[in-house]
Amino acid sequence: MFRRLPDPADTIELDFEGTIFEACEGDSVAAALLANGVLVFRTTPVSGAPRGPWCLIGNCHECLVEIDGEPNRQACVVEVKPGMRVRRQRGVRAIPQ
Amino acid sequence: MLRDGYDVVVIGAGLVGGAIAYGLARAGQQVAVLDEEDATYRASRGNFGLVWVQGKGVGRPEYALWSRASSERWFELSDALAGDCGLAPCYERPGGVIAALSDEELSELDSMLSGLKGSVGNAGYEYEMLDAARVRKLLPACGPEVVGGAYCPYDGHANPLKLMRGLHASLAAYGADYLTGARAGDIRALDGGGFDIRTGRGTITADKVVIAAGHGSKALGAMVGLDVPVHPEHGQIVVTERAEPLLDHPTLGVRQTDEGSFLLGASQEDRGFDTSVLARTSRDIAHRAVRVFPCLAALRVVRTWGALRVMTPDGFPIYDQSKTHPGAFVFTCHSGVTLAANHALEVSRWVIEGKIPEGMSCFATDRFDVPQAA
Repeated sequence: MFRRLPDPADTIELDFEGTIFEACEGDSVAAALLANGVLVFRTTPVSGAPRGPWCLIGNCHECLVEIDGEPNRQACVVEVKPGMRVRRQRGVRAIPQ
Repeated sequence: MLRDGYDVVVIGAGLVGGAIAYGLARAGQQVAVLDEEDATYRASRGNFGLVWVQGKGVGRPEYALWSRASSERWFELSDALAGDCGLAPCYERPGGVIAALSDEELSELDSMLSGLKGSVGNAGYEYEMLDAARVRKLLPACGPEVVGGAYCPYDGHANPLKLMRGLHASLAAYGADYLTGARAGDIRALDGGGFDIRTGRGTITADKVVIAAGHGSKALGAMVGLDVPVHPEHGQIVVTERAEPLLDHPTLGVRQTDEGSFLLGASQEDRGFDTSVLARTSRDIAHRAVRVFPCLAALRVVRTWGALRVMTPDGFPIYDQSKTHPGAFVFTCHSGVTLAANHALEVSRWVIEGKIPEGMSCFATDRFDVPQAA
């Protein structure tokens, strides 16, 4: 669905749900996942409906993922780092006691 | 298409006006509801969502009983809305907790509630003072700084946005006319009864007029001989991301919504008509919330907002009918959520009957007519 513009930057690798994805340096996590064909980033806390990025500017909170074990991160405002582990945000997050 | 004449025009489409209009429309009255623009001061869209009784009515036991009656009637309101428009406002009444963070707070709470219980006499007032272990049993997430608290079974909470939407959807279902951009500029009594209300969308005629316009009630009341001394009180709310269910009971400063967000509140500041958010106020709100429930510190804040309570000099509602212009009523308060059931199911009847019950005269505007001491 999404295709990168030519002249990509240096590539790095990140782990999405156990699969190694290639991303470009400077990508947001959202851009990296979209470029790899991921459209469903999370399921909602209330109805469990599948959701993906919408605004891509940090407002809508539709692109929430778990990054390196931390829940409910906004994928569109976090930059990819080599070796990052990203998972879908499934429903509601837990509260560490 | 507007009608030639209505039974009642309700000026104000927030939770107070909306609830009263809903009750009127449900009873078969032809109703028009006038609203302003998006940028209007809308307390109804800024509130915390508690249906709260505990601690209300100090110095005015009628208000304690009135709040409690509404929390009981709320089940009926919730069912009625669900039946009329399919949208329930998610009312729950598991009882509420006020947490104390010091022995002084705890003893103040104790004397306030025992005073209230004494003031309502035979009507009774159930509550329970809690030691730290009891608070922890009801709310295991509370932290070591909580020294005790109070529990009151009459307290609950609802989703105020769903309430608002439910009222409006139900009004539409009953054929009431909702007019946006229809600021009421003038109310004129007609010879032989009834009123002409001049609005941005033309003049509307009705047998009766209900002023439920929040901060606008002061100017509108003056047009029909009612002195309505309301002023704005700034309140600020902090909202976290949604998270797993943690709290089985709402508390006065923290509640978890039906959809998982935590609402943290609520401040009380005199800032005139300024609705802006102050970082230091958000900080104070969050700081206290985390002292009560330390695990909330792990959550992100996703929204904050400020809104203006519609406050009266003594903090109690104003319910009155004009003596110079019978058929013109004013209803305003700062507890539009808690009192929504009373407004929909009882106050609407007063309008139809054209009379506010004797027992409610303590909420009339003449209580403010106290001669100034020399």
